[in-house]
Amino acid sequence: MTATRTGLSTADRQPTRPSPLRRLLPGPPGSPGPGDSALLRHLILAGLAGTIVVLVTNQLEPYQNLQVARVCAFLCVTAGYTVLVGLNGQLSLGHGALMATGAYTVALTQQAFDERAVQGRWILPLSLLLAVAVTAVVGLVIGLAAARLRGPYLAGVTLAVATLVPAITTIFTEVFNGEQGLRFPSETPPAFLGAYFQPERWLAWIALAAALLTMLLMANLVRSRFGRSLRAVRDDEVAAGLCGIHVAGSQVLAFVVSAACAGLGGGVYAVLTATVAPGKFALDLSLFLLMAIVIGGLGSLAGAVWGAILLVALQELPSLITETFTLPSDLAQRLEGNLALAVFGLILIVVMIVAPAGLQGAARSLAARLRRRASSR
Amino acid sequence: MDRFLFLTFDGLSTGAVYAAFALALVLIWRAARLVNFAQGAMAVATTYVGYTVVSGTGSYWLGLGVAVLAGLALGALVERVLMRFVGHANPLGEVIVALGLVLLIQAVLGMVFGNEYRPATVPFDTDALSVGGITAVSPYDLWVFGAVMVVVVLLALLFTRTSIGLRMRASAFAPEVSRLLGVNVGRMLTVGWALAAAVGALAGMLVIPTGLGLHPHAMDMVFVVAFTAAVVGGLDSPAGAVVGGLLVGLILSYVTGYLGPDTTPLAVLVLLLAVLLVRPGGLFSSVKARHV
Repeated sequence: MTATRTGLSTADRQPTRPSPLRRLLPGPPGSPGPGDSALLRHLILAGLAGTIVVLVTNQLEPYQNLQVARVCAFLCVTAGYTVLVGLNGQLSLGHGALMATGAYTVALTQQAFDERAVQGRWILPLSLLLAVAVTAVVGLVIGLAAARLRGPYLAGVTLAVATLVPAITTIFTEVFNGEQGLRFPSETPPAFLGAYFQPERWLAWIALAAALLTMLLMANLVRSRFGRSLRAVRDDEVAAGLCGIHVAGSQVLAFVVSAACAGLGGGVYAVLTATVAPGKFALDLSLFLLMAIVIGGLGSLAGAVWGAILLVALQELPSLITETFTLPSDLAQRLEGNLALAVFGLILIVVMIVAPAGLQGAARSLAARLRRRASSR
Repeated sequence: MDRFLFLTFDGLSTGAVYAAFALALVLIWRAARLVNFAQGAMAVATTYVGYTVVSGTGSYWLGLGVAVLAGLALGALVERVLMRFVGHANPLGEVIVALGLVLLIQAVLGMVFGNEYRPATVPFDTDALSVGGITAVSPYDLWVFGAVMVVVVLLALLFTRTSIGLRMRASAFAPEVSRLLGVNVGRMLTVGWALAAAVGALAGMLVIPTGLGLHPHAMDMVFVVAFTAAVVGGLDSPAGAVVGGLLVGLILSYVTGYLGPDTTPLAVLVLLLAVLLVRPGGLFSSVKARHV
């Protein structure tokens, strides 16, 4: 009941909100009309999506709520990642490492407060904010190098960054505690929600809030002047430069924005389990994220949603199969972990060859074809 | 001094493997203008095949031959079945397909052989010999270095002295003109991929026994190092790849020996960034033209 009220009230409040937000968000200058309506539309969409997810989480079991939370955490990352790869054409394989940066920042912040016995509701937002800031700085450093690199060179450098995570945690083992990783106090639901409130539901709400914020910012960014300049740089750097776009500047900024999203996603991801360990942020994670944005359609935010959902859902595949069919135990053990990898790899290959525009692109072209058929009739 | 000599020889031996691997990357880059990010995973796959033969027959040499043949087949297969069909609308397409192949190959290896480390044995003494009181080099290091150098010389002869080498260079340099002159450019591309994968397979068979162990992810780091080696030498230059490989092998050997093995990935990244930001064309780039 409480949850329903919260959801509805956010939806109600939205139409009055745009005025302060509009000044913060980039919109096309000189044309307040379309910019306004796009922002309004995104706010309404976000409010609706948030309400629906909140209503759904009220009906779910703890494990399912955790899955919802994981989808939302990944969505923060994929939304920023698809803007970088799809709209700006910079292929980074280091987003797993950027997620690790955010996750470790949250863990270290929370641990520091816990050791000094400081408690409070503000610690979580503060640590997430710090995660975003630190990761944005790391993204700035990588982005400055990336702006001078193209295609395979950038992919190679960021691949080297991705392999760095376990090494860094072992070199500075007194800070990051090596292979074991860090633990910090897990997040509990606030008292006003009641004593028996499901903790996983609260985690899902936190992740949802982060995901909605990210999607809202990205949706407006994509439609802004900055979003258009990103696309111009991707398509033709020389032409974009001649149009007065600062090519390197927009590439660095794209990397920073994308890194900030990855930091937020990584931070939320750490909050869900209240632990971080280098094993979770191996090279595979970067490839999983790439699969998520490729299957949804590179550069499409709706595709990022598809990708995040599939990323979590497909990892359930091995346990689903081993539960449905009775398999010999050694075979089941080998399928565990490997089957999802194989499916992800196949998806990357098949989608890239058969439908490079991804699910969202396929849906769009299908809709266009249906419309054309309807109009010709 | 003793330790320095040991690290130098060790660096040259692993550097030779990096050189072979970098050479495989350069071969594909020259033929198709793409960095084969699946090279490491493909080499692990052929090494698994090789060691399955070794444990089945007991003969290391038969296993080595089978691994190289498997590399030839796998390279040709990847080009004919996958890379040929990647559209060019998205310039990132080929890299993404190669990365998908990495996931797929590693998963299939994990499903077939299991994710645990398997020992890989060699018919050589891997302990360093003492010559005149100085412990420097093991027979296995000598074999690795020799094998890679023979392959380098053979490849150089193939590209400069044979008709098929000339056709491969021509179709990489000017595909349209070569096609007009009757060169089957598509087939040359397949041959290039097959050759590169075979060189990669040899490198895998040589490097896996040196402390890495047979594992689906065994070559992840080797790939990054080999990519660095190829970039140091310039992606366009086979000779550069060999020198770059030896150079990177030496540098990493000193870093690992004096600063500890954990610093290796950091050293690789610093090296890669330094070369790319200071001399993007590699240490041996000759063309100074600015591309627009």
